[in-house]
Amino acid sequence: MTQSVVVQVGQCGNQVGCRFWDLALREHAHINKKGLYDEALGSFFRNVDSRDCDGGASVVGGRIQHLKARAVLVDMEEGVVNEILQGPLREMFDSTQLLTDVSGSGNNWAVGHMTYGSAYREQIVDKLRKASEHCDCLQCFFLIHSLGGGTGSGLGTRVLSLLEEEFPEVCRIVTSIYPSAEDDVITSPYNSVLAMRELTEHADCVLPVENQSLVDIVNKIKRMSHDGKPGSVIKSESTVISGQGGLSGAEKPFDAMNNIVANLLLNITSSARFEGSLNMDLNEIAMNLVPFPRLHYLVPSLTPLYTLAVNVPTRRLDQMFSDAFGKDHQLIRAEPKHSLYLACALMVRGNVQVSDLRRNIERLKPSLPFVSWNQEGWKTGLCSVPPVGHSHSLLALANNTCVKPTFMELRERFTKLYRKKAHLHHYLQVEGMEQSLFSEAISSLSSLIEEYHQLDATRGRFMPDAPRLSIAV
Amino acid sequence: MSIVTVQLGQCGNQVGHALFDVLCSDAQEGQRKVFSSSSCERFFHQTAHGDLVARAVLIDMEPKAINQSISRAAKSGKWRYGETSHFSQKQGSGNNWANGYCVHGPRHRERVEELLRREVERCDRLAGLMAIMSVAGGTGSGVGTYVTECLRDVYPKSFILNHLTWPYRTGEVIVQNYNSVLTLAHLYQLSDAILVHENDTVHRICSQLLNIKQISFGDVNSVIAHQLGGILQPALTADSCGVYSRNPLGELVSCLTCHPEYKLLSVSTIPQMPSSSMAYSTFSWPSLLKHLRQMLISNTKMEEGIDWQVRPPAGAERTRTLTGPSFNTSLANLLILRGKDVYSAETGQRTDLRTPNVAFEDPALFTSWLSSEDAVNVWKTPVPFNKYEKCATLVSNSQALLRPLDNMVGKAWNMFASRAYIHQYLKFGISEEDFLDSFTSLEQVISSYNQLR
Repeated sequence: MTQSVVVQVGQCGNQVGCRFWDLALREHAHINKKGLYDEALGSFFRNVDSRDCDGGASVVGGRIQHLKARAVLVDMEEGVVNEILQGPLREMFDSTQLLTDVSGSGNNWAVGHMTYGSAYREQIVDKLRKASEHCDCLQCFFLIHSLGGGTGSGLGTRVLSLLEEEFPEVCRIVTSIYPSAEDDVITSPYNSVLAMRELTEHADCVLPVENQSLVDIVNKIKRMSHDGKPGSVIKSESTVISGQGGLSGAEKPFDAMNNIVANLLLNITSSARFEGSLNMDLNEIAMNLVPFPRLHYLVPSLTPLYTLAVNVPTRRLDQMFSDAFGKDHQLIRAEPKHSLYLACALMVRGNVQVSDLRRNIERLKPSLPFVSWNQEGWKTGLCSVPPVGHSHSLLALANNTCVKPTFMELRERFTKLYRKKAHLHHYLQVEGMEQSLFSEAISSLSSLIEEYHQLDATRGRFMPDAPRLSIAV
Repeated sequence: MSIVTVQLGQCGNQVGHALFDVLCSDAQEGQRKVFSSSSCERFFHQTAHGDLVARAVLIDMEPKAINQSISRAAKSGKWRYGETSHFSQKQGSGNNWANGYCVHGPRHRERVEELLRREVERCDRLAGLMAIMSVAGGTGSGVGTYVTECLRDVYPKSFILNHLTWPYRTGEVIVQNYNSVLTLAHLYQLSDAILVHENDTVHRICSQLLNIKQISFGDVNSVIAHQLGGILQPALTADSCGVYSRNPLGELVSCLTCHPEYKLLSVSTIPQMPSSSMAYSTFSWPSLLKHLRQMLISNTKMEEGIDWQVRPPAGAERTRTLTGPSFNTSLANLLILRGKDVYSAETGQRTDLRTPNVAFEDPALFTSWLSSEDAVNVWKTPVPFNKYEKCATLVSNSQALLRPLDNMVGKAWNMFASRAYIHQYLKFGISEEDFLDSFTSLEQVISSYNQLR
C-alpha cells in the first residue's frame, strides 16, 4: 500500500493538520481493534519501536509500538506548534519533523515566500526527504495552508514548488483555506492572489475551502443541536465539526471549523487506506478530474454533516446524494448546480452498493449541467469502511466553473488595493520581491478566470458532435 | 489440454475469481467423473496433497484486489490460487492507460513473463491463454494490453482470448472512453478473439432477471462468471465423437472469428433466474431456443423485453441492403447447450420448415458471403451447468456490439476534439498520433461491422 505525507504550513495549516491527526487516530482506533500496525495505518503513520535505535522499524503486521505522523510541520512563529507539542498529540511528532522560527511573516507573502523560503530552503527539503525516506511507496503530498496570511500563503507555496522540484513524480494535493471577504488581515487579497498563481502552476489539485462556508456549517449544526426537537436529536459524535472521541479534550475556538477540513482529508484518503469494491486511488483524482492542467480547482462538499440519533434508513441515503449538490454542503460559497461541471467525483464510504450509486447518478444527472464533451463525467469510488459515527458518507469533488465568482471577488479586492498601491512598499522592500510579480500574479488569475469563463459560455448552447473520421470503404 | 488465465487489474481479478469459483463448484457437482476431470484439467492443476490450484496468474499494480481474491479462494476450501502466481505493486496505474502500457508494463515485463512461463510449463499441453481485464481503468486496460503483447510475442502460435468488461455508460472512470479506445485498437491486432461483457447489460440482468435489489459488483461478476463458464466448461463438438473437446479456445476461435476484421464476440445465456425460483421452473429446449434466437436477431441480451417484431429480412430486401436498423446480422454464431435431454434439442436445419423460429441456421440471419453451415456451430453436453437443469449459451460474432462501440468511440472523439485530458497521457509517453491511429483503426472496425449484411 502507498503512503502519504502531510505538510502543514502556517498557523491555520498547523491547526487544521492537528485536527486531522486527532481524527485520523480516532478513525483507525475505531476500526483497528487488534492493536496491530496494519497497512491502512501505515498510509499516514509510522510505527516506531522506541527501543530500536535506528527508529525505523515499522513492519506491517506487528504490534503498534509508537505511532509517528508522516508529517512535516512548518511555521514561522512558535505558538501553534508549541501548543501541539504540549498537547495530547505531542508523542506523534519528532523534533526532526518540525521547523519553526520566532518572528512570523507579518501577513506578508513576500516575507514567507522570499525571505523564509530562501533561508530555510535546505532545511525544508531535508525534512521532506526524511519523511519520504520513511515511506516505501510515497504517493502523495497533502499540503495544508491558508491563503490570507504570510507564512501559509508565502512559505506554503514555496514549499509547493520545492515539492515539485524535488519529487516530480509524487502527486501534490493542496488544501487551501480562502479568507473571508471581511478578513481582518488587510493584505490578504495580495497574499491570496500571489499564492494563487503558485497554486495554478505547481499543484496537481487544489481543494479550495472558504472560511465563511466553514462558519456557516458550524452555525447550522450548532443551531440544529440546540433546537433539540424530539426526533431530530443529533448524535453528537457524528457531526463533521465534532472531535469527540479524539485525544484532545477541551475544544479550542477554531476546532469545530478545522474538524470539517480534517474530515475532508479523511474522506479523500479513505479509499486509498481501506478496502472497497471500487477502489479509488489518490492518483486517480487528478487523472479523472483535471481535463486541462491549470483548471485543477476541485470544489469539495461533504455529506452528511451529522447523523440523527433516530435512525431514518433508506431515504437518507438518497438524501445524502442530493445534499452533496446543495448549497449548504459546499465548502466554498458557490452553487455548482447552477454552473458548468467539467467533471465530478463521488467518493462514497460505508454500506453502499454500486446500484445505489447508479440510481442516484441517473436521478441527479438531468439537473446538473455538464460540459458538452464530458456529459458522463462521473468518477466513483466505493470504500466499505464508513467514518466514525455514520453508516455511510459521501465526499463530492466538483471541477466546476462555480469557482469563478470566488476568484473574481478576490481579484476585485486585490485591484482595489493595488490601484492605490496600498501597502505595496512592505512587499517591495523584501529582497527578491518585484512589482512584476504582482502584475504576473493578477494576470495569471485573470486568465484562469477567462478559461473558466469560456467554458461557462458553452453552457446551454448546442454543441454539435465533432465530425468523425471517415473511412474509405 | 489446459488454459492459462491471466487476471489483470481490479476488475480482472474479481471476475477471474468469480469464474474459477463457478468452474470449480460446477465441476464438483454430482456424479460425473469424465466431465469433472476434463474441466479440472482445463482450469486447475492438482498438488500432491490433492489441492486444486487455478491455472492463473494474477497481476495488478496495487495489492488490495489480488489479496482479496487470494484469500477468498483459500477460504472456499475447494480451490485456491498458486502461492507464488501473483504479481502486485504498491501503486495503481491511476486510470491512465499510458501509465499502464508505457510505464508499468515494460517495467515489470520480466517478472510477469516468468510467472506466465511457469504456469504454462505446468500444463501438459497448452490449449491457449485467456486474459481477463476491464477496458476502463489503467491497469486492466494498459498493463493488460502490454501483457497481451508479451503473450503474443512469447507464444506466437497459441490462441489468445481476451475477455473484456466494458464500463457502465455513465462513468466509473471519466477517461474510460479514451482507455477503451486505446485498449481495443491495440488488442485488435493481437488477440484471436475479444469476448465482451457490458456492465450495463449485466446490471440489468441482475435487477430484472435475478431480482437483486441492492446490486453489488459481486453480483455483476457472478453473472459474468456464469456466462463465461457456460462457454468454457467442457462440451462435445459436432465432430468430437463423444469425447470432450480438447482444444476449447482453438475451436471457439475457428467457429467464430474467421476474418481478422471481425473479432468482437458477445454472449447471451438463457435461462437466468434467482436460485429460489429454479425449483419451481421447467424449461423446454424449443422454447429456450426460440427465445434465444429472437434475442440474437433483435439484439436483446436478456430474456426480458425481447422485441418479437424483428424478423430476418426476406431475400429481396437483403440485396437492397434494407435490413431494418433493429435487425442484428451475424457473421458467425456458436450455440452451447447443456443439460437434460440435450440431444433432443433442435437447433434448426435450414430445411426444417416445421420449426422456423428455432432455425439458427437460417441464412437470413447471416452475412451473405459465408455459408450458414459454416457460420453456425453447436456444442452440447448432457451435463447440466451451474445448477440449471438446462442452459443455452450463445456466443455471437455479430453487430451486437456495434452500437456500444460506436458510442464509445464517438464520446472519446468528442473529448479528443477539445483535447481534454490529453496532457495526462502525453506525460507517460504516448502522442496525439497514437490516439489518432487508434481512432482510425476502430473506425475501420465500426465500418466493417456496419457493412455486415
